[in-house]
Amino acid sequence: MATKNIAGISVDVNEEGYMTDPSQWTEAIAKELAKEEDIELTDEHLKVAKYLREEHEKGAVLTIRKVGKSGLVDIKGLYKLFPGGPLKKSSKIAGIPKPTSCV
Amino acid sequence: MAEKKEEKPLKKVCIICAKGTIEDVYASLVMANGAVMEGIEAKMFFTFFGLDAITKKKMNKLHTGTVGNPAMTMPGGIPFPTLLGMLPGVEAGVSAMMKKQMADLDIPPVDEFLDMITAGGGEIYACKLATDMFKLKKEDLSEHVIDIITIGDFYALAGGDNTQIIFT
Repeated sequence: MATKNIAGISVDVNEEGYMTDPSQWTEAIAKELAKEEDIELTDEHLKVAKYLREEHEKGAVLTIRKVGKSGLVDIKGLYKLFPGGPLKKSSKIAGIPKPTSCV
Repeated sequence: MAEKKEEKPLKKVCIICAKGTIEDVYASLVMANGAVMEGIEAKMFFTFFGLDAITKKKMNKLHTGTVGNPAMTMPGGIPFPTLLGMLPGVEAGVSAMMKKQMADLDIPPVDEFLDMITAGGGEIYACKLATDMFKLKKEDLSEHVIDIITIGDFYALAGGDNTQIIFT
């Protein structure tokens, strides 16, 4: 485990850059993490990130199907927001662990 | 002397699904969906009984074979006797149970799975030879099927560095 300075805050991250303590997350951090993935963070991205954080806190297993049914964005839209990693990149930006689901 | 090998990431998977049981079809669908979720291009080619997975009338009614599957057990891990699998209704019951277990893991029905794969840019093709053999037309198939093509056409789509062909 390592710490990394993101947006002026020292946060715990794992070797793949996923935050290990979701409580350290802020929107400013999300913006920086998004930049690392070549994503310009918008309100749409943030809505998804916040939804993922809520679900993660509830202990839910996250899948793109679940996000697609959340009413926030459909799956096609999710791919557009997070190209090449609809669940992985969104989870990283949301400051939650790397998803373990195959769907 | 040990040389450090640099690995280039996988760019494209071409998945050929030739069987129509729940487990064969889902293995293909999970691999294709898993690829697009990782930013890997995915192309699927359905042939022979695998065509059931993209045939409108059959896609959500797939079964698991209960005969001749030595890996199958009953709940609790007791071996599943082949003779039991032959009884009417058993295959339907086992298939319903498989679907329920997958639904619990948020794995969608086949039609919705194809929606997800194509939403991520995955491409679906049907085999010309097998559709001719089973007398299937484009309109019998899911609207996600881009085209009915020959295996030669499919190989032509399988070019490029770091491409793998997977057969299930």
